[in-house]
Amino acid sequence: MASGVKPRVKVPKTAAAGEAITIKTLISHKMESGQRKDKEGNIIPRSIINRFTCAFNGETVIDVTMEPAISTNPYFQFDATVPEAGEFVFTWYDDDGSVYDESKSISIA
Amino acid sequence: MEFTRRDTLGLALGAAALTVLPFRANAAAEDAIAEFTGGADMAEGGVTLTAPEIAENGNTVPIEVSAPGAAAIMVLATGNPEPGVATFNFGPLAAVQSASTRIRLAGTQDVVAIAKLADGSFAKASATVKVTIGGCGG
Amino acid sequence: MNFKALTAIVAVVATPLSAVAGPDEDALVVNEEIEMVTQTAAPAHLSDALDEIYSGWRFRSDETQSLQMDDFDNPALVFVDQAQDAWDTVDGTEGKSCSTCHGAVDESMAGVRAVYPKWSDEAGEVRTLVTQINDCRVNQMGAEKWKYTGGDMAAMEALISVQSRGLPVNVAIDGPAQETWEKGKEIYYTRYGQLELSCANCHEQNYGNMIRADHLSQGQINGFPTYRLKNAKLNNAHARFKGCVRDTRAETFSPGSPEFVALELYVASRGNGLSVEGPSVRN
Repeated sequence: MASGVKPRVKVPKTAAAGEAITIKTLISHKMESGQRKDKEGNIIPRSIINRFTCAFNGETVIDVTMEPAISTNPYFQFDATVPEAGEFVFTWYDDDGSVYDESKSISIA
Repeated sequence: MEFTRRDTLGLALGAAALTVLPFRANAAAEDAIAEFTGGADMAEGGVTLTAPEIAENGNTVPIEVSAPGAAAIMVLATGNPEPGVATFNFGPLAAVQSASTRIRLAGTQDVVAIAKLADGSFAKASATVKVTIGGCGG
Repeated sequence: MNFKALTAIVAVVATPLSAVAGPDEDALVVNEEIEMVTQTAAPAHLSDALDEIYSGWRFRSDETQSLQMDDFDNPALVFVDQAQDAWDTVDGTEGKSCSTCHGAVDESMAGVRAVYPKWSDEAGEVRTLVTQINDCRVNQMGAEKWKYTGGDMAAMEALISVQSRGLPVNVAIDGPAQETWEKGKEIYYTRYGQLELSCANCHEQNYGNMIRADHLSQGQINGFPTYRLKNAKLNNAHARFKGCVRDTRAETFSPGSPEFVALELYVASRGNGLSVEGPSVRN
């Protein structure tokens, strides 16, 4: 498990039924690209988050395949439709097998 | 040490040329595109790629991709050692088929976005991003 | 080394190729709520050198500027979250966390960063936020010092800085702090290194010009600790000073050294009146 990995997500608390909302997500992760070398000249092996998904009440909003060119502390902003009250689940998958997640509830105004 | 006018001008032009990292391009990008599209033609228009003209720092470059009605958008950095950046797959609850993120660019290059549209056709957009060296190297 | 030739080279390299001059005209409001003062009259002690002082934010590209305008766009805030966890975590032999003595951070630390570095009567020296935090850790908590420029410390500095966001920088330069301040001022105007550059050569005489592809700012630290796009992490003032001095090709001072403490006090005072922005986003 990579250390110091922490998600940070912005989801409005309420929305009108069927409204489109903007979601911002960030997670602190080094995203070691596999391009860097250590002091002895050896390649530091790749170790990144390779996939990010967002689902609402079980239905996919977005599913991102991530490569090493995504910057350290990966950030994604996207819009989701909110058909009803429920829960957004955000999941990040690490090369090392760890899975990080965060959830945010939203109610209908 | 005395500098002649010739020396100073040469130094200055050389220094100015050094501020912009040289243009890079990578054949692997072509392969990645072919795999995504299955060799199909790509239309211009139908996908937008927003990227800065000059990246303040190549380590963190904000970009946005948008393709109304698309199923997926693949982003490639054609001048990076490995061109893959991300593939955005939009689900039924995506309000619009667009997304923003921040990427690493190794040098001045073309960033490319290929969208797979709802009808199975493909569209392509590209943007040249100048990647610079800043400050006194610090 | 021939000063005139060197200054001529710096001037030519620093001359804009495209017509970029001075800070831009944009206004900074964070979270649609905190209005930041990014331009104001230079404080009295500086008025013979500068008329106006500008935050570093005003010299960055539009894309970089927008990263600071929302706490969910600004990557620094995830480290503030981590520091908030650390604030409540017991550490050291005394079984205390920061909150044991200080309670809620937003109450106890409100306005604190705006007046640091400052003189500590108890310690008989000027303290920076970092040296003060480490003093608490070692002497009150029985915990280990944090590395001056390490991630844990930078994150804690950012958490404390948030509690002063929007408030004007207001460090004292008189009284017991004056001697340290004078020393910092001397360092600011001293040329260092093989390149024989002082802070003032770039940040007072050439702010607004380009150095290679970088838009030179006045070198204010109201935005510190800052998330740099270049290393994708939080950086505090001494880390930046160390880099700048190293870039003159000099043997640089150490973070936490008396020289850098004095320099931080002096540089902070050059920004008196600008809003605390830390943690900011810079290149």
